Amino acid sequence: MNKTVNQKAWFFVLPVFLLVAFNALIPLMTVVNFSVQETFGDNVFFWAGVRWFEEVLHSERFHAALVRQLLFTGIILLIEIPLGLAIALSMPRKGPWVSVCLVLMALPLLIPWNVVGAMWNIFALPDIGLLGRSINALGIEYNYTRQIFSAWFTMVLMDVWHWTSLVVLLCYAGLVSIPDAYYQAAKVDGARPWAVFRYIQLPKLKYVLTIAILLRFMDSFMIYTEAVVLTGGGPGNATTFLSIDLQKIALGQFDLGPAGAMSIIYFLIILFLSWLFYTLMMKDEAR
Amino acid sequence: MSLELKNVTKRVGVDVYIHETSLRLEEGSFNILLGTTLAGKTTLMQLMAGLDRPSSGEVWFAGRNVTGVPVQKRNVSMVYQQFINYPNFSVYENIASPLRVAGMAQQEIDERVQKAADLLRLTPMLKRRPNELSGGQQQRTAIARALVKDFDLILLDEPLANLDYKLREELRDELPKLFAGRKCIVVYATTEPSEALLFGGNTATLFEGRVTQFGPTSGIYRRPRDLTSARVFSDPPINTARIAKKGDRITLENSVTWHVPKAAGVPDGDYTIGIRPHHITPVSQGRDASVIEGRVLVTELSGSESVIHFDMNGQTWVSQSHGIHPFEVGSTARLYVDVDQSFFFDGDNRLIGQDNRI
Repeated sequence: MNKTVNQKAWFFVLPVFLLVAFNALIPLMTVVNFSVQETFGDNVFFWAGVRWFEEVLHSERFHAALVRQLLFTGIILLIEIPLGLAIALSMPRKGPWVSVCLVLMALPLLIPWNVVGAMWNIFALPDIGLLGRSINALGIEYNYTRQIFSAWFTMVLMDVWHWTSLVVLLCYAGLVSIPDAYYQAAKVDGARPWAVFRYIQLPKLKYVLTIAILLRFMDSFMIYTEAVVLTGGGPGNATTFLSIDLQKIALGQFDLGPAGAMSIIYFLIILFLSWLFYTLMMKDEAR
Repeated sequence: MSLELKNVTKRVGVDVYIHETSLRLEEGSFNILLGTTLAGKTTLMQLMAGLDRPSSGEVWFAGRNVTGVPVQKRNVSMVYQQFINYPNFSVYENIASPLRVAGMAQQEIDERVQKAADLLRLTPMLKRRPNELSGGQQQRTAIARALVKDFDLILLDEPLANLDYKLREELRDELPKLFAGRKCIVVYATTEPSEALLFGGNTATLFEGRVTQFGPTSGIYRRPRDLTSARVFSDPPINTARIAKKGDRITLENSVTWHVPKAAGVPDGDYTIGIRPHHITPVSQGRDASVIEGRVLVTELSGSESVIHFDMNGQTWVSQSHGIHPFEVGSTARLYVDVDQSFFFDGDNRLIGQDNRI
């Protein structure tokens, strides 16, 4: 077969290339630029090689932030995915309550992130907040600005409140797309509800769940706004996640070199873990 | 062992899905539910299966009233228009699933699955998952599942509708053979009259939630009881017109007069005439041919067949004939009608009792 070679086709690619360059490649290259140089201000840079990368990778502060980040993401995934799935399963499939449920579910997703942080900040205050006071009234000592456990508890609760809805909506969309005939066929076979879930709903939700886990993983791994507004990384460094730490280094201490190196490492970790999740969940399909 | 619907109805809110219906399906019979979408085929099947309870009336099976008995206790299987299989089971496990539920021994399961797979030419695919199969193979798997156990009642709800032409033809040929010699009652829903004619057996014509006629398929095609049954069982649609009959002549609304010696026994009066499209052809069938002229609206030419839609006194009539007859759209077509093959319906749209059929 003869292929027509037409160099003009490049012009069609050009706008996309420029756009991506402008909003992704160029900013990323700035970060790369910082990560391999040393500066003392006045826009004077010296070559630093991989020194900043070594420094970040050996820094205990980075390790601690990474462990906190992994722990946080792990906890919220373990809660939000099963909870979201359970809520989606118990939502009505038909009737007037569907829209009520959907609106209620979408509500948390519509609130700006810093407002979510501020809401929970006040809601959980031990002296005047409804949640904080109630817990203390039960005789449990609770103060998220002082106790590490309280701070984590509040942080996880806030994230679950804010983001479980996303999992619910995704799963619900997946569930309603299963044709009725599947449920009928299951009924004809005499399948119990657990079997229907295990052999019909779960396999049919596989792709949706993969997307939900990936989205929640990436978002929670990059959590910043809500956490900063709620605890500011405290008490001490107890809730200083990677993004908060990064911000402190980059804008608090203005160490652009280490911050650049950390950004790239951070990015690569997310990329690697996302790839890992995806590959593991899709490995059956590859055959 | 027969399935009997006794005065069954199904209402949902104010909507009537099935008007009072009585049907008796015999052991080993192949029964076709023929009707357009929303005619009530699926609802009727669900009532037969026990997936749904009738609003009134009773369902009897093998001399026992099974009206309230749920589907899983009835030894019923169903094949759907969509290809329904367990997504993460292999083809083997999919076919074996009804036997597993029944708690059969592994050795017998093995034998039966092999047999069903052989019958449906699935043996090389037994280890694959449904999403690694073509649509035709997926539907074969679903059909194999319906055959693997000795079900009393097998319901097929437009099983070939989602398949492409070639696969549909293939499975259409195989299906009757698969069920031949079995004791089960087969019910097959379809929208296509040609499919019903190919399968033979019995046909129930459905229209707006009513079974308009039930009996041997060819009998219903040849002698529809009324205009509705004739309409349901005709594709392209049957041509109709009001006529006045006097002696051996009939006069159409546009005052065309045809000579119909065979209708001599029918009393004089006003009727609706029904003529199947393949009894109107561009080629004269000799004898005392009846002629009709009309403005051509559409011509559909396939390799071996011409379908001509033309205007007949404000109504669209259709002619279907062998060969290629390329009429110009807008031109006037001269067509020949085999009036001897036509149906006469009285004021209540009932077929007039003359036996003028082939």
